[in-house]
Amino acid sequence: MGRYVARRLLQMIPVFIGSTLLIFCMMYALPGDPVAALYGEKKPDPAQILAIKHQLGLDLPLWHQYWNYLTGLFQGDFGTQIATQRPVADVIAQAFPVTIRLTLFAFVFTVVVGVLLGLVSGLFADKAFDRIVLVFTLLLISVPSFVLGYLFQYLFAFQLDWLTPTVQDSRDPGQLLLPAIVLAALSLAYVTRLTRTSVAENLRADYIRTAVAKGLPRRRVVGVHLLRNSLIPVVTFLGTDIGALMAGAVVTEGIFNVHGVGNTIFEALNRREGSTVVGIATLIVIVYLVASLLVDLLYAVLDPRIRYD
Amino acid sequence: MRGATRTTMTRRALAAAGAVALTATACGGGSTASGGAGAQSGVVRAFWTDPQHPVEPANTNEVQGGKVLDMISRGLMKYNPTTGKAENAVAESIETDDQQNFTIKLEKGWKFSDGTPVTAKSFVDAWNYGALVTNKQVNSYFFQYIEGYEDVHPEKGKPKAKKLAGLKVQDDHTFTVKLNQKFSLWPQTLGYSAYAPLPKSFFTDHDAWLTKPVGNGPYKVDSYTKGQSMKLSRNKYYAGEDKPQNKGVELKVYTDQNTGYTDLQAGNLDVVDELPAGQLKNAKRDLEGRYINQPAGITQTISFPMYDKKWQSKKAAMVRRGLSRAIDRKEVTEKIYHGTREPATDLTSPVLKTSGGYKPGLCGDACEYDPKAARKLIKQGGGLPGGKITLTSNVDTGSHRQWMEAVCNSINRALGKNNACTINPVPTFSKFRSDISDKKMKGMFRTGWQMDYPLIQNFIQPIYYTDASSNDSGFSDPQVDKLIDQANAATDEKSAVRLFQQAEKRILETFPAIPLWYQNGNAGYSSRVSNVKLNPFSVPVFTDIKVK
Repeated sequence: MGRYVARRLLQMIPVFIGSTLLIFCMMYALPGDPVAALYGEKKPDPAQILAIKHQLGLDLPLWHQYWNYLTGLFQGDFGTQIATQRPVADVIAQAFPVTIRLTLFAFVFTVVVGVLLGLVSGLFADKAFDRIVLVFTLLLISVPSFVLGYLFQYLFAFQLDWLTPTVQDSRDPGQLLLPAIVLAALSLAYVTRLTRTSVAENLRADYIRTAVAKGLPRRRVVGVHLLRNSLIPVVTFLGTDIGALMAGAVVTEGIFNVHGVGNTIFEALNRREGSTVVGIATLIVIVYLVASLLVDLLYAVLDPRIRYD
Repeated sequence: MRGATRTTMTRRALAAAGAVALTATACGGGSTASGGAGAQSGVVRAFWTDPQHPVEPANTNEVQGGKVLDMISRGLMKYNPTTGKAENAVAESIETDDQQNFTIKLEKGWKFSDGTPVTAKSFVDAWNYGALVTNKQVNSYFFQYIEGYEDVHPEKGKPKAKKLAGLKVQDDHTFTVKLNQKFSLWPQTLGYSAYAPLPKSFFTDHDAWLTKPVGNGPYKVDSYTKGQSMKLSRNKYYAGEDKPQNKGVELKVYTDQNTGYTDLQAGNLDVVDELPAGQLKNAKRDLEGRYINQPAGITQTISFPMYDKKWQSKKAAMVRRGLSRAIDRKEVTEKIYHGTREPATDLTSPVLKTSGGYKPGLCGDACEYDPKAARKLIKQGGGLPGGKITLTSNVDTGSHRQWMEAVCNSINRALGKNNACTINPVPTFSKFRSDISDKKMKGMFRTGWQMDYPLIQNFIQPIYYTDASSNDSGFSDPQVDKLIDQANAATDEKSAVRLFQQAEKRILETFPAIPLWYQNGNAGYSSRVSNVKLNPFSVPVFTDIKVK
């Protein structure tokens, strides 16, 4: 297994280089000049534009810029923002913890509630509870997240007055709960449905019948034999979902005033801050890669037949 | 052995998963739960976003950084929030005999919030810093009228000098300024924050100054957490008359105007100075009248590429007038902007007030909607060049696409032709800007002007003087240049304003640009505060706000 992990880690290197190069080229190809945009509606000052470009190395050919970026990256230097003149590492260090917390809350919520709902409705397939869950999840899938966001805001903040409509302090984990639930809603629906189908199917499998025939207590049949085998598709989904949650928080972050990665990357894109976009996107790519590695390792835990040598 | 392998593997996998989780929570460990909603008594909570540029006087050209500078610094002059007139602040007197050499005397007793005195050197050093090309300050052009600007800020190459030749310190409280041209209204430009004085610490420890700016204004910065808030309290050394009526200001960072507006309605925020476009229609009712809608120093015009042969003839001027008369400004400002724009009838802005040169109706009937007259004028002018015309603008900000479509529809309706006018949307502002500087415009294009200081000169000279910095249309008329020169050499304000208005009239004869509308600044505030006003730059006058 050690070798397997090492191989997978090595495979990340070309993916990492490829994705940074791709995003770098895309940012380069976008129309408009971020340095000229510093001057707003006023006529830009050519002498200063040259000076700023020279200082940030933006006057070099594309391959040279990318080379500088890559070598800088290995020294922990993510580049410098054009407008604010802040190191991109600073910007990332400010936004990432917020998003990681938001994602983590959303993820835990998705797993706990989703698997529980799915398990119960799978065990009682085609009963009233199952029908209700199916309608409920269908609703979550079909309602766009911003509708849900505004709905929750209206309901919990303006009508019930339980909390403030927007996040007052992105560093306060308690305040991130509501946006996390909104963010998790869609994944929750998928996880519930995946678990439900898988549980309902496995319930008729031979090994479950055997386990029941052996006279095992119901708790053990469901908790160990059934659930473990039913979770494989769910884990696959969750693995890719963690990256999607991080990157897909733009809308939710916007509604609830969360100063996280989604908002930062959106702003950076608008302002053509190439190094910021590449830096954040690269980190998200790494999160994806690590998550998918973890998923593959978890397969082995869930299903003993799967082994990595 | 199978069982054993499995448990170790389980443990390892779980350990790996746990490590990720731990790192994530560790990041959260440092924060303490602070009651964000609870307001400190006497402190105004205002809408803010992180400034796009570092906050320093000569490098801040957007409103968020401007808010901070407005609070923490005070220049030689200050604009009265109600009248828009420049009044002495740090200056005791600014005198000149020839409209070109100025002697500036400072009032004694002014100090920065770190306790160091404000001297003539504080100004001269700050201005030299702002003008020097290698310091890469976006507001450098504010110093362009001071003698020696070309040496410290050449168009190309290295600067020949480090300091502006026109600035001389006489003693602690006196310095002289020599301009490179006559400019009678120059002292009145000095209220803009780019001209603010800077303490010694700005030059000795620049990075520390940027993280916590120090100035001589009514407030001082206590703390700034990026992505969260900036807290300001009273500057006990402040020597001006407009002492704060509140205990301090907290600028709270929002992702966008919508979240700010939501918090305003929920009572978590006191002042929002940019209301979301979608809420303008209902803002007055929703906020129970706690809504401000007043002129800002911003105008929108449509310009023509006067560098293009097709638009240079005498007859083309008639076509331009005809197009102007085909635009139903009133309908667009009401339907799209809900009264936050006013149809323009001159080239300046109501912010100037009539005493400062604003003259409604100066444009005459050329700015009045009359489809019949429009048709006639365009016909007399030989019709649209090529039978049709485009209207170009970036569409990534504002509601440019909406108004452009409305304007084109209005023109098409007036001409009775479906596709006489079409819009040409440019995806980004920076692309649009570079197309303009490269003189690639073919038909009409959007030109907006946001004033640097509330002076009629600023609405005319930078846009219509031959080869001026923002003369995007390439308009040139020796007669106009002459009138502007005369206005700058005038000995008193009244005659200067009169001459600028003559220049304006003359410009409108050629009609290189169609005045569209004057933009208003708007703001909403909570019931917790009172006496909220906007200054001519649409920035809330924080010193005057009272907290209940």
